[in-house]
Amino acid sequence: MFENLTDRLEGVFKKLRGHGKLTEENIQDAMGEVRMALLEADVNFNVVKQFIATVTEKAVGVEVSQALSPGQQIIKIVHEELVALLGGNTEQIRLDGRQPVIIMMAGLQGSGKTTTSGKLARMLKEKGRRPYLVPADVYRPAAIEQLQILGGKIDVPVHPSTTETKPVDICRQAVAVARAKNYDTLIIDTAGRLHVDELLMGELKEIQAAIRPSEVLFVADAMTGQDAVTVAGKFNEDLEITGVVLTKMEGDARGGAALSIKNVTGKPIKFTGVGEGLDALEIFHPDRTASRILGMGDVLTLIEKAEAVVDKKKADKLINKLRQNTFTLEDFLDQIQQIKKMGSLEQIMAMIPGINKLKQLKDAPQPNEKELSKTEAIIRSMTRKERHNYAIINTSRRQRIASGSGTDVADVNRVIKSYSTMLKMMQKMRGKPGLITGQKRRKLPKGLRKN
Amino acid sequence: MLGWFKKKFGKKEEQIPAPDQEHLDQTEPDQAEPSLTGDISLEPPPLILEDTQEPPASIEPLPQTSSFSDLPKKEASPGKKSSSMFQRLSERLTKTKESLVYRIDTLFLGKKEIDKELLDDLEEILITADLGINTVQELLDEARRKLKRKELSDPQTLKKVLKEKIRSFITESDRPAELVMPDKGPFIIMVVGVNGVGKTTTIGKITHKFTNAGQSVLLVAADTFRAAAVAQLKIWGERNNVQVVSQHEGADPSSVVYDAMDIALAKNYDVVIVDTAGRLHTQVNLMEELKKIKRVIGKKIADAPHEVMLILDATTGQNAISQAKLFNATVDITGLTLTKLDGTAKGGIVVNICRELKIPIRFIGIGEQLEDLRDFDPNEFVEALFQEKEGR
Ligand SMILES: Nc1nc2c(ncn2[C@@H]2O[C@H](COP(=O)(O)OP(=O)(O)OP(=O)(O)O)[C@@H](O)[C@H]2O)c(=O)[nH]1
Ligand SMILES: [Mg+2]
Repeated sequence: MFENLTDRLEGVFKKLRGHGKLTEENIQDAMGEVRMALLEADVNFNVVKQFIATVTEKAVGVEVSQALSPGQQIIKIVHEELVALLGGNTEQIRLDGRQPVIIMMAGLQGSGKTTTSGKLARMLKEKGRRPYLVPADVYRPAAIEQLQILGGKIDVPVHPSTTETKPVDICRQAVAVARAKNYDTLIIDTAGRLHVDELLMGELKEIQAAIRPSEVLFVADAMTGQDAVTVAGKFNEDLEITGVVLTKMEGDARGGAALSIKNVTGKPIKFTGVGEGLDALEIFHPDRTASRILGMGDVLTLIEKAEAVVDKKKADKLINKLRQNTFTLEDFLDQIQQIKKMGSLEQIMAMIPGINKLKQLKDAPQPNEKELSKTEAIIRSMTRKERHNYAIINTSRRQRIASGSGTDVADVNRVIKSYSTMLKMMQKMRGKPGLITGQKRRKLPKGLRKN
Repeated sequence: MLGWFKKKFGKKEEQIPAPDQEHLDQTEPDQAEPSLTGDISLEPPPLILEDTQEPPASIEPLPQTSSFSDLPKKEASPGKKSSSMFQRLSERLTKTKESLVYRIDTLFLGKKEIDKELLDDLEEILITADLGINTVQELLDEARRKLKRKELSDPQTLKKVLKEKIRSFITESDRPAELVMPDKGPFIIMVVGVNGVGKTTTIGKITHKFTNAGQSVLLVAADTFRAAAVAQLKIWGERNNVQVVSQHEGADPSSVVYDAMDIALAKNYDVVIVDTAGRLHTQVNLMEELKKIKRVIGKKIADAPHEVMLILDATTGQNAISQAKLFNATVDITGLTLTKLDGTAKGGIVVNICRELKIPIRFIGIGEQLEDLRDFDPNEFVEALFQEKEGR
C-alpha cells in the first residue's frame, strides 16, 4: 500500500552521499519518513514524537559506516531502538510462587480473551501443568458456553459458571474447586469491557482483590489504532497488569499498538495470537515486530549480513580502485567471495526492496550460485598478470584458463565479458545510486564522485 | 437522537398492518421445523433457550415499498421506554464525543490567528482520532496553501474549511445512503467482518430496529466455526423474539444459508440477516467461503443479498482500510457499521474508508444492549467533531 520505508529513505539520502556523519540537519527529512512510517503503523502520535526525539539523539554524530548506506544506517538505529523499547527480553508467565497460580485475562470487547484463555490452557497443559478454565464473563451471550467448548476441545476442565453468579463469586468458588481438585493453574476469562466503564472496571478490581492473581494479562487486538494508549493506560492504572497479549497478529496489521502499549504500561508483551486455532499462540518476538512496524521485513537481515561481512579496509581499497579505474578481475573475485559470504544470491536479491523492479530490467545480471562458483574458479585459474589486465587474455590463454578451472572456453569468455560489462556499467553509474547491493550502492557513487 | 425512528418510521403508518401481538408472544416450540433445531451437545439447558417461534404469518409481502425509509411504524409504546432510551443514547454519545470536541474547542478558543502551533495541535487531534497521517497531511497542506494565498486567516474559517472537507470525504459515497429494500420478497442482509468487531451484537440490534417497525425477521447462524457462536446468536434471537436458523457447529455455512433462504421464502419473512464467522481479510480460503455464501444466497433469491454489511470496530487503526478493501473486493460491501463508539476511540478511520471506497456508513454501535445502535449521520458526525462547547 505504501512505499517502502527503505526506498523512501534512500531517496531522502541521495543528498547525503559522501558526508561523513549523520547530523541533525541531514537526518531531518529521514526522520520525517520514519515518523510517517510509524504513524501509518498506528503507533500513537505522542509515542512517535518521543521516539523520534530519542532516535535523532542517537543518530546524530554517528559515522556513516562503510558497510551501510545512510538510509540503511538510519533504519538500523531505528530498528535497534524499537527492539529495545518493545522489550528485548521476552518474559514468560510466572508459574512459581503461591499455588495455585492464577492468571486473569482482561481487555476490551472482542480483543480475544476467551480464545487466548483456551490457547494458554493448552500451552500450560503441554508444559505439564493442570490448568482450570474459569469463565467469568456473565454478560456476553454464550460466553461461558464458548469457553466450555474450548475446554472440551483441549480436554481441560472448565468451571461450571452460571450467568446468575457474580463474577467475583465465580472466581472465589473456582479457586476453592481448584484447591480441592488439585488444579495448579487457574485461567480467569473476564468479560470484555470499556476502560471508561467505571462500574465494570470496579468489578475487575474486586476480583483482583478477592483472588489476587499473580498474572493479569491485558489482551489487545494488534489492529488497534491510536486509542491503544488510552485503553492500555487505564487498564494498567486500575489493575497494575503484569503483561500483554497481542492478538490477531496473523493479519496484515503493522501492529504499532505494540509499541504504544509497551510504552504506556511498561509491561512486557508476553504472547502473540496468530490464528483462531488453539495452538496459534506464540512467544512475542520484539525484533520481528519491530521490522513489521517499520514495514520492512527482511531488509534488516540483509543489513546485518552486509555489516558482518564487509571488511572496511578492503572496502576502502576498492573505493580507491574504482576511483582510479583500476578495478581488476582480482577485485571482482573479492566481490564474489563477499557476496557468497552473505548467503545465497537469490535470497539476498529477494531481500532487497525494489528488486522486483530490477528484475524487469532486461540486461540486469541474473546471477546464480553455480555461476558464481564457476566464475570464482575461472578467475582463480588466471595469472596475476591476467587478473590485473584482462586485455592480454587471448585465445590460448582462454583455453588454458578453461582447462585449469574445469570449464569451457565459452564460460571463460562469458566471465571476461561480464567483467568488462561491469566496468562499463560502473563508469555509467557514476553519481547514481547503485543498483543491487548496499555495498555497490555505497561504494560506487562515493568512489566515483571525484571524476 | 431518535432520528432513525423518526426519519425512517415516522410516516406511512397506514400501509401495512403490524403483526398482532399474539403472534409475537407465541412461544410454543415448532417441532415440525427440523432445520431450526440446534443440536450443540454442550448446550446447557438453562442458558440457551431455543427460539422456535413461528413467524408472524399475517405479515404480507411488502407492496411497492422500495426504500427502507418508507417502512411503516409498528405501534410502539412510547412514553417511559423511549425517554429512557433517549437518555441512554444521549448520555453515551456525549461521552463518546466529549474528548474530541473539547480538545478542538479549547484549541480554537482565544486564538486570533492561525500559527504553526495551532496547525501542529490540529494535526495531533486528527491523527489521534485515527484519520491517518496521509489524510491529515492533505487536509493541513490545503489549509497551509490557503493560508499562504491569504484565502484563510482566522481560526474560525480554518475550522469551517476542515469541517467541510471532512464532510465531503464521508459523503462521497455513490451508493444509496440508506438501506434499500427490494420491491418484493425478503430483504437479505449479510453481515461480515474480522473477528470480534461486533457482528453478532449488531445483528441483534438491527433486528430490534426491524421488529420495532413491525417487520418479521429471520436470523441465520452461518458462523458455524467459532465456539458457541450459534448459541450466541440464538440468545439475540430470543431477546428479539425472532427465529434463528442453525445447524450444528462445523456445518457448511453455505448449507445453513441455503436452508434459510427456503424458509424465508416459504414463510414470507420481511428481513433475513445472515451472521457470518469473523475472519481476517487476509485469509484467502475463508474469504472464498464468504464468496460462496453470497453466491448461494444469490442463487436462491435473485439480487440477494441486498445488503452486504461490513462491521468495523471504532478502536481499529489504519488496518481498517485494508479490511474494507479486501472485504469489498471479495463480496462487494454495500454498507458499513461502526461499532464500539461508546469508548474513547474516535473511529476516524471511516473518513478514509468512505473517501477511498465510497461506501456509505449505515449505523454506529454505542453499547452492548439491543437499543445501542443508531443511524450514522455524516453531518452530525462532522458537526460533533467541531461542536461548540454549549452541549456540555
Ligand atoms: N462497548 C461496545 N461493545 C460492543 C459493541 N458491539 C459489540 N460489542 C461487544 O464486542 C464483543 C464482540 O462482539 P460480537 O458481536 O461477539 O462480535 P463478532 O464480530 O460477532 O465476533 P466473532 O463472531 O467472534 O468474530 C462483545 O462483547 C460485544 O458485546 C458496541 O457498540 N459497544
Ligand atoms: Mg459473531
